[in-house]
Amino acid sequence: MSVDAATVRRIARLSRIALPEADVPVMQAEINAILGFVEQLEQVDVEGVEPMTSVTPMALKMREDVVTDGNDAARVTKNAPQSEDHYFLVPKVVE
Amino acid sequence: MTDLTALTLDEARNGLAAKTFTAVELAQAHIKAIEAARALNAYVLETPEKALDRAKASDARRAKGEAGRLEGIPLGIKDLFATEGVLTTASSKILGNFVPPYESTVTSQLWRDGAVMLGKLNNDEFAMGSSNETSAFGPVVNPVLPANWSQEQAREKLKSACDRRETEGWEAPAETADLYMKFAKRGYGYGPEAAKELQGLLVPGGSSGGSSAAVAANLCLGATATDTGGSIRQPAAFTGTVGIKPTYGRCSRWGIVAFASSLDQAGPIAKTVKDCAALMTSMAGHDPRDSTSVDIPVPDYEAAVGKSVKGLTIGIPKEYRVEGMPPEIEALWMKGADMLRAAGANIVDVSLPHTKYALPAYYIVAPAEASSNLARYDGVRYGLRVPGKDIIDLYEKTRAEGFGREVKRRIMIGTYVLSAGYYDAYYLRAQKIRTLIKRDFEEVYARGVHAILTPATPSAAFGIGEKGSADPVEMYLNDIFTVTVNMAGLPGLALPGGVDAKGLPLGLQLIGRPFDEETLFSVAQVIEDQAGRISAKRWW
Repeated sequence: MSVDAATVRRIARLSRIALPEADVPVMQAEINAILGFVEQLEQVDVEGVEPMTSVTPMALKMREDVVTDGNDAARVTKNAPQSEDHYFLVPKVVE
Repeated sequence: MTDLTALTLDEARNGLAAKTFTAVELAQAHIKAIEAARALNAYVLETPEKALDRAKASDARRAKGEAGRLEGIPLGIKDLFATEGVLTTASSKILGNFVPPYESTVTSQLWRDGAVMLGKLNNDEFAMGSSNETSAFGPVVNPVLPANWSQEQAREKLKSACDRRETEGWEAPAETADLYMKFAKRGYGYGPEAAKELQGLLVPGGSSGGSSAAVAANLCLGATATDTGGSIRQPAAFTGTVGIKPTYGRCSRWGIVAFASSLDQAGPIAKTVKDCAALMTSMAGHDPRDSTSVDIPVPDYEAAVGKSVKGLTIGIPKEYRVEGMPPEIEALWMKGADMLRAAGANIVDVSLPHTKYALPAYYIVAPAEASSNLARYDGVRYGLRVPGKDIIDLYEKTRAEGFGREVKRRIMIGTYVLSAGYYDAYYLRAQKIRTLIKRDFEEVYARGVHAILTPATPSAAFGIGEKGSADPVEMYLNDIFTVTVNMAGLPGLALPGGVDAKGLPLGLQLIGRPFDEETLFSVAQVIEDQAGRISAKRWW
């Protein structure tokens, strides 16, 4: 399988990465090189094989449903590029 | 007095206990060595004041008779581990100004036991790479000299690269510029032009290239590292150091910048097998904040070092004899088997039939998980922000500016294989193949095999700028022997097995049963006793 330029633009959009038009052919070639490499997986018979969901044989632990953390808005927003009164600031999203 | 930086961790521990020197003296010696080695670019941030403060506190604890198991031992920390109040960038521009308000579990356990932080170590951006060349700070130089190079020749190269970085380089984010500016007059790390000047010098492997180079160059007594597809073991092999990736779940991932959550594990790189065991004993352990961390007791790994391997069964998997592998690596592998045989182990041939599919399956699973994990870098809550006309534009511009090429490509591959219509063909199939890879190992272990011996890498260290520029797969092939271990969640240890005809270190890998790191330490010590240690001579 290989991807065309339109697909590369679509993936970039889905990935939320601005991709200048000039970079599309390079990215397309690189992605296709990787897709070409992984193509050999089609040779493997996976009939009846369970997909791996956990690499160690353990059930995911549940913790007590209690508040263990919080009331720390200053620390949470400390690294924000823009914040005000412990809110994250973003461009207007609702008209 | 002897050069304190040339000691092993174990020797330094003994010297501190015997009061031959203090933790402050030990830290000072390393701080000086780090300053003199800046051109190697192993550290991306030095924290000398912090190191001296902590060393002083360590000496005080010792005086009171409260010494921990790593009391006063100076360490380097891969810049993927969150360190409270100290820049943590994952060597990415997108986290260039990130100062975590919390400490990773693994590092907090090292400090609990008395260790001292010297600074943060370079790595491939978000740990995505096998040569440390994808770092936003530029490449790290392997302290191992290229074949037939004189020390003067190598020094010349470093000098011209350093001259270059005074005129180019990444401008530090304003908030943190003062921290970085201690390194270089302008910018920091190596920009793309300066990196070109370094061509010919060797890469230290990746992604933990800063960790492996710093240990090999005596810039710390041990380093933390992480391994998603080989990022501890391949750099250890390239620099003649020892590294272990423990069983998945053995170390907490809490506070470590995530790449591929089902594969990532933390582990140490150090000068000897025993030093690695000492660090592992502190780093391992259950953490309620990582639901995949395992709640079983941590053994004293050092007790396993020096134990006899008599009667152990060691498997040699025929599938690791790959096409195009240099005969020297095959010879080293067989020499390793002979060493273990001489120590009383039984060497048997085993088969891991799905080995060749591990790397392609990895390049579906790892990018898929990365695309999801790295969605958090959106320019809103932390890190870089590039303004946009609306929120989507802000996301797209921030991520385009903040991520490097390799990271963008992996996010896009991951997004593609998870997208509607392709999920079954790629991701689901890869996860089924992962089950088969794990089953291969289970069948071998069920037959009474205690550990598996393989080469660590298909080649010795290569040159900076030499690989992967035209075809990314060329670089990926470096991890062909290490990636199976991550796919199966097993422990793997790499250590020096010898040198090739040109004098470059070659590594051997030991693969263990789940949560049986102890056997790896016992077997590795037998190899280290016979193969010896490799130490780089200072030329930088």
